Amino acid sequence: MLSKRIIPCLDVRAGLLTKGIKFKGNVDIGDPVEAAREYYEQGADEIVFYDITASSDKRDIMIDVVRRVAETIFIPFSVGGGIRNVEDMRRVILAGAEKISVNSAAVDEPQIIAQGAKAFGSQCVVLGMDVKKVEVSGKIPSGYEIVIHGGRKFTGIDALWWAKEAQNLGAGEICLNSIDADGTQEGYELNLTALISKNVRIPVIASGGAGKPEHLAQVLTTGNADAALIASMVHYRTYTIAEIKQYLDNKQIKTRMLW
Amino acid sequence: MIAIINYNAGNITSVARALQNIGQDFVITDDTNMLEAASHVIFPGVGAAGEAMVYLREKNLDAWLKKYIKTGKPLLGICLGTQIILDYSEENKTECVGLIAGSTKRFPEKLTSEGELLKIPHMGWNSVQFRRSHPVFKDVAPDAEFYFVHSYYPAPSDDSAVLGTTDYGMTFCSVLAKDNLVAMQFHPEKSGRPGLQILRNFCAWRGNVK
Repeated sequence: MLSKRIIPCLDVRAGLLTKGIKFKGNVDIGDPVEAAREYYEQGADEIVFYDITASSDKRDIMIDVVRRVAETIFIPFSVGGGIRNVEDMRRVILAGAEKISVNSAAVDEPQIIAQGAKAFGSQCVVLGMDVKKVEVSGKIPSGYEIVIHGGRKFTGIDALWWAKEAQNLGAGEICLNSIDADGTQEGYELNLTALISKNVRIPVIASGGAGKPEHLAQVLTTGNADAALIASMVHYRTYTIAEIKQYLDNKQIKTRMLW
Repeated sequence: MIAIINYNAGNITSVARALQNIGQDFVITDDTNMLEAASHVIFPGVGAAGEAMVYLREKNLDAWLKKYIKTGKPLLGICLGTQIILDYSEENKTECVGLIAGSTKRFPEKLTSEGELLKIPHMGWNSVQFRRSHPVFKDVAPDAEFYFVHSYYPAPSDDSAVLGTTDYGMTFCSVLAKDNLVAMQFHPEKSGRPGLQILRNFCAWRGNVK
């Protein structure tokens, strides 16, 4: 049977990791390529890079990072952040990424999903969704609204409607980030995750709020997620990916245990 | 020399990088003259069957593959490269290369496990139950998992061509083997160490099954 996936997410700015990642001391805290290698060795099932480079002239650095990562790890990895069109997608895919995640750009221009799926296949196109809990209304019947620009701008788009729409446009996967849970380390937004995951046929990666292995167990069962994104809990070395997987294994949640 | 067939079907660079990592020289080509010199051929692919077959026919690669397989030299199919060595694919209703009798089918819409509707594509890590040993899977642990991403699966008509199966709401053929041909639905180049071991074994294989 299919395993649940554990996916560390690395924020990169101008080719360097933004959060200090404290490994044994043998890993440069600033190098995303070495961090990716370390997580690969620890049993990560996939790796996500999020490019938060503000200036577009420094974006080319990311292409070089992607190329070096592709030479180093032999599991799938995806890149998001700053992808505006099919040409941006092509450059990242040619550099060696398996998947591209689009977020704000897809809200502005939904056809980017269809164009990406047509050019590279649905399996390449991940829809990143940043979601905030709001009052249920005629416009937002699910009570969850899509926000963009790092959670600052409300769009008036219902999260459940958008997830289904993205699936119809050809997205192969959804990375669902709860702005409310993000950074709290108090657990994923289980209601939101279950709502989206049960209403689409494409895999859903839960994101935002992971602080303890227990949180992953919750989101992969009650939350119905196919995969769980983690950041701080492994970046600060509170847990290794192997420890998290061992915990899940003890709870009879199947992950890849041999790597 | 190992040759990777280039037929405009997605990310062949990941196969190339995996070969680099195991220290294996290779060429990437769609030129049948260059392919003639190869000792081993890898037929990868991500994408749709219809477009892939159009390109293969344009370059006469379908006919070349039929000729190559008779030489006894090893052939490795990966993902779409596995699906289109069968006679026919339900994807775009495509007549395929036909190295193995059978067809490639779409997962049924109502694929369930323990009452839960399963996601399509089948995306992520899953294991393979092997029916017999094979040189290309030497030193690969029986409980190793491999990276899959697909909505269609190979269904050979001759059961003896099935080397391994995988469970996803149903049991499907995930590894095919017949004489000098071995073909897998998952991506060895993205399956960590066990995947690299499969590539290493393939490159050392002479195409015999014993």
